[in-house]
Amino acid sequence: MPNPADLFYTTDHEWVAQPAGPVARVGITEYATGALGDVVFVDLPAVGSAVTAGEPCGEIESTKSVSTLYSPVTGEVTAVNQAAVDGPEIVNSDPFGEGWLFEVGSPAAGAALLDAAAYDALVAEAE
Amino acid sequence: MARVTGLLLSPLDALHRARGAHFTEFGGWELPVRFGSDLAEHHAVRTTAGLFDLSHMAQLDLPGAAAGPGLDYALLGQHSTMPVGRASYSMILTPEGTVIDDLIVYRLAADHWFIIANAANRAVVAAELAERLAGCGAAVHDVTLDRALIAVQGPNSPAILAAAGLPEAAALGYYRCAEATLDGTPLLLCRTGYTGETGFEIACPRQAAPALWERLEAAGRDQGLTLCGLACRDTLRLEAGMPLYGHELDRDTTPIEGGQGYFVRAKAADYVGKAALLSREPRKHLVGLQGEGRRAARAGYPLVRDGEPGGHVTSGALSPTLGYPIALASVTGPEPAPGDLVEVDVRGQLTPFRVTALPFLKKS
Repeated sequence: MPNPADLFYTTDHEWVAQPAGPVARVGITEYATGALGDVVFVDLPAVGSAVTAGEPCGEIESTKSVSTLYSPVTGEVTAVNQAAVDGPEIVNSDPFGEGWLFEVGSPAAGAALLDAAAYDALVAEAE
Repeated sequence: MARVTGLLLSPLDALHRARGAHFTEFGGWELPVRFGSDLAEHHAVRTTAGLFDLSHMAQLDLPGAAAGPGLDYALLGQHSTMPVGRASYSMILTPEGTVIDDLIVYRLAADHWFIIANAANRAVVAAELAERLAGCGAAVHDVTLDRALIAVQGPNSPAILAAAGLPEAAALGYYRCAEATLDGTPLLLCRTGYTGETGFEIACPRQAAPALWERLEAAGRDQGLTLCGLACRDTLRLEAGMPLYGHELDRDTTPIEGGQGYFVRAKAADYVGKAALLSREPRKHLVGLQGEGRRAARAGYPLVRDGEPGGHVTSGALSPTLGYPIALASVTGPEPAPGDLVEVDVRGQLTPFRVTALPFLKKS
């Protein structure tokens, strides 16, 4: 699956939709799910909590490993994807769609977001 | 995934790449960690069957009648009196009674033994065995790089081997082995495994491995045979309560401390490590832990008993079959009993776990 052109990306393999708002939606990329293996547990920031671009805000556990989730944007969490909490396998099966993780209201983007072309290049190098 | 240079490659490497495997480094080899979903691979082994490439594992050939008594001295267990066609789980110990490696000894003939050991310990085991057997005139040949090892594990494995042209597999008892021939290729067929399921490990010459792999794939097509990587191998063995060298067993751990006291025989004739092993008190105990929720206690996480440091987790995962976290832990202090509560420091969060009997998964 190509990395969607309308999303922005971090070097830690999160994606963010609409980082300038009004509501930014955050997930992890297909490349991240491929590296992690099956996701079995997601620990997401609570609704109402503040997240900061580039700072840890949760954890993604696969069978074999734990990886830190970094927020691509700064702002207040307005929603978490309960479907991904209850059934983390959708993070693997649809990472850019139904497997989204959380949303941030009135976000401010971090400086280091990549566009799809730049993220494609990053992943191509890693592969 | 970028290729890491300097790693050994399986004779099946090209097949794995053609099948889209994800790779990892393990014991000096580059091997499939999963082909698709590691959970699906795990469940396939529990319900149908899985196909594993274990060509990284050390294969040591010990021809000659002298090897039997030599192995009795070099390893745990009585190998000279083991009947032909049997296999035996064993360990090679330091003179201090701690574990250099765990391995399986196969008796192929009255005057022929064979050993399969861990990949990472291949050189040290081969060298240590050669030294220990030199006195009795037995030779140790490290044939790993001329060989391959393929496992079929899971309830459908006897039917799959029969369909592949090895009907004799079904009659092979647990921890039995037999030499077999398929299309003129000599095979060593073993009813052994590392999953807690009915299964087989088949050793063959390196050049015969791709054809054997494809033959097994074809034979398993309507039997739910799934290509499996090392990720599910680890969760399968953990559910079965089996130790992994470098986690539950190492050079700082005796077989007793590593939960394998069953294999230590006080009455055996002298063997390397015996005196030290039988004279020392265990400093730690291996236990099973079971948690709640979905957050796993993982290898290396500290264990807390009654508010004090109490050891560490040696292996842990969210059990794919059971649906709750399971772990093996090396516990210091008095031996815990099933039902005791301990805490694991899961990345700063003290999380309760209950000591439980092994294996975690009891097969009916």
